[in-house]
Amino acid sequence: MNLIRPYGDTLNDGKVQLSFTLPIPDGARALEAARELVLKWGFKECEIVHSAPLSAGFTFFVAYAQTEITIDFDTVVADEASKEAPMTMDETDDFIRQQIGRKVIIVGACTGSDAHTVGIDAIMNMKGYNHHFGLERYREIQAYNLGAQVPNEKLIAKARELNADAILVSQVVTQKDIHLHNMTEFIELLEAEGVRDKFICVAGGPRISNKLAIELGFDVGFGRGSYADDVASYIVRTLKERLDHPRI
Amino acid sequence: MRKKLGLSQDKIDEARALSKQICTPVLEFIDRHSSVTVERATLRLAGADLANEDGVPVPNLVVQQLASTPDGLEGGALRPYLTAMVKTGLTPEALNQKIADGLKLTEFSPIPDRDLELKAGQLIDRAEARIQKNRAFRKEKQAEGKNHDPLLYLIVATGNIYEDVKQATAAAEQGADVIAVIRTTAQSLLDYVPYGATTEGFGGTYATQENFRIMRAALDEVGEKLHRYIQLTNYASGLCMPEIAAMGALERLDMMLNDSMYGILFRDINMYRTFVDQKFSRMIDAWAGITINTGEDNYLTTSDAYEKAYTVLASQFLNERFAFAAGLPEHLMGLGHAFEMDPSITNGFLFELAQAQMAREIFPNHPLKYMPPTKFMSGDIFKGLAMNSLFCFVSKATGQGIHLLGMLTEAIHTPFMMDRYLAVENAQYVMNAMAGFEDEVEFKEGGIVKTRAAEVLDRTLAFLREIAQKGLFESIAQGDFADVKRPKDGGKGLEGLIAKGDHYWNPFESHLKRVLHLSDGSANEGGLQ
Ligand code: B12
Repeated sequence: MNLIRPYGDTLNDGKVQLSFTLPIPDGARALEAARELVLKWGFKECEIVHSAPLSAGFTFFVAYAQTEITIDFDTVVADEASKEAPMTMDETDDFIRQQIGRKVIIVGACTGSDAHTVGIDAIMNMKGYNHHFGLERYREIQAYNLGAQVPNEKLIAKARELNADAILVSQVVTQKDIHLHNMTEFIELLEAEGVRDKFICVAGGPRISNKLAIELGFDVGFGRGSYADDVASYIVRTLKERLDHPRI
Repeated sequence: MRKKLGLSQDKIDEARALSKQICTPVLEFIDRHSSVTVERATLRLAGADLANEDGVPVPNLVVQQLASTPDGLEGGALRPYLTAMVKTGLTPEALNQKIADGLKLTEFSPIPDRDLELKAGQLIDRAEARIQKNRAFRKEKQAEGKNHDPLLYLIVATGNIYEDVKQATAAAEQGADVIAVIRTTAQSLLDYVPYGATTEGFGGTYATQENFRIMRAALDEVGEKLHRYIQLTNYASGLCMPEIAAMGALERLDMMLNDSMYGILFRDINMYRTFVDQKFSRMIDAWAGITINTGEDNYLTTSDAYEKAYTVLASQFLNERFAFAAGLPEHLMGLGHAFEMDPSITNGFLFELAQAQMAREIFPNHPLKYMPPTKFMSGDIFKGLAMNSLFCFVSKATGQGIHLLGMLTEAIHTPFMMDRYLAVENAQYVMNAMAGFEDEVEFKEGGIVKTRAAEVLDRTLAFLREIAQKGLFESIAQGDFADVKRPKDGGKGLEGLIAKGDHYWNPFESHLKRVLHLSDGSANEGGLQ
């Protein structure tokens, strides 16, 4: 057991900082409403330290509150694509040469109406990102980056044409859950064509978690701050496993 | 504005001369062409509006009908529309309804040119009256109230126009001078402008004429209350640049994002199409007194802000030249640039200061549009707020014209109401605390600021010389801007380009050229003042 609470200046004092807006005019009643609301969320103490009118009918609050709720840190499992540390580029290339014995083919795109290329480029382009080379740089990987605003159909067609091992899907815009619709459609299309199992399906983007990706039918998801190393390591290890233990 | 950087005027003049040389062949190409959206914009100015039951707008229906005739669109789309109007004796409004119901324009036999010219003259007068009324109203309201300097520019982007109205009203009450309604993600790739009020958008709200009207009315109302004219901005980018400009002109928008190359680089729209579309859209902006905002800031999201600063300045020169060629005066050119350097660079603040001051001195009469940090904004919203403070400082210290407020939550979501409040509060604090700073400060001879500015200007010159050598089309194809490569015949919308035939007829274009003092193929400095 390792029960923990937020830390302010004394271990387990449970101090939390909050800010939010309510659709009411500023004033003494507004302050009280904000305070009571915070207490209803389960906090034990709450002080509204700042309020400001945003417009005639809206008020902004900053609050400090205290919680008694704990979590047992020992029971927490990280939402990570892999527990194993990623391999370096050279290690991955060696792994492919020794364990797979042919080039690994990867196709990727930022799909649907999403025009953000920087994320998928960071993973795939030669240059890479933050001193981590991208997949195009790997000797044993053939990487095809189709860019942004690529329809799911087109990405899948390209993957089939190239006989790809893995498909990378980047999603950056998440407003109104547009990414969920788009990612779901991608998996449904693969299933409709009966080729879901042919590919390792990798999702990524700043708001994508591994859990979310798996829920939507992908094999794995990578979020903020991921690099080609993580993605390549995951793909080649998974591919090796699948070659060793083919699914029927 | 006092010049402080000691930049070489000869070099600045050379850069302008090179820009003219670069743009001239592009402008010659433009003048020989129209596009489906240029034709639709023309129809809209003449009164075409409405959509059929399937949501296809009347201007698209007209253009589609013509596209399937042997001559296609090479004569322009206005002649058949006006022919039908004259023959049926209907008003534009009544004719629109008939077209939406399935009327075939191609079935009318030709009428004498005289009659066409007469009808065109009436419709031009009607449009002209509306535009002049809009300009006069804006001028009057702007004289009545006082705005901030720089103008504080805020974005709303809920996807629902009615929700946008609430956010925009609140933003105005907090201190905004300019409200931009960001468009929904996919709109730039639609080859039509949706019709009516909309409540479903992703990352933004559809630009429709009805949405423009709703927001315009709301901002006029809150502006009246605040004794401050609130400007309205939208995005003339994508496959419908001139149509959005036309709608904006009719509904009294005050600013338009309107870049000569953004669509090519960031939306993968074909370069020939974009160049043709941007010119007509800018002519409409110039006519309506709409300030354009150019998109150089975007380059720095895909390439490095320190390394590629010269691409921003080069693009500003090109945008300026294309704008002149469309009749825009300097005071309507909100040339873009941005505070986008990696915050870990030592003296990054001084480099930003140098570049902002440089832009100010090179474009002294232009209301420069200064964009906040976005790329290096992260989930650390507290650091983000500090970065925005420095940005506000540079903006005020260098006398920028249009200040787009940065959001501390930039890396997370489109702005919440409180994010905007914190941004305005921060800007007002910083800008008030240093109100007289610009006038107080000089830069050290041989110091970091002067050296940096001179260096960026030198690299810009070298870059412009290189483009002049290979031509602008080739330069874009090779990825010289924003590190993005676009093949000449690639991208979307090329099929919508139209080579003007011998009997091409567009009296609205002729009218605009006349009032804007433009001649064909000109890169001249005509324009309304
Ligand atoms: C640059 C940028 C742009 C540029 C994009 C240029 C380009 N060619 O990519 C431009 C200006 C064009 C742009 C446009 C828009 N943008 Co934008 N943009 C950004 C910005 C500032 C930075 C994004 C970025 O490049 N990050 C750097 C990269 C390296 O990080 P990343 O994408 O997270 O990628 C990393 C990981 O997520 C992961 N990853 C990403 N993809 C993948 C894929 C795989 C397979 C894997 C394994 C990993 C992976 O690995 C990468 C490296 O670590 C963000 C704000 C911000 N600071 O985050 C807004 C932002 C993403 N944009 C946003 C919006 C709304 C838009 C627009 C819709 C606005 C509009 N209405 O016009 C348009 C989009 C139009 C469209 N059709 O998509 C919102 C999204 C809000 C949301 N959550 O939905 C943001 C958050 C800004 C905001 N607060 O409003 N944008």
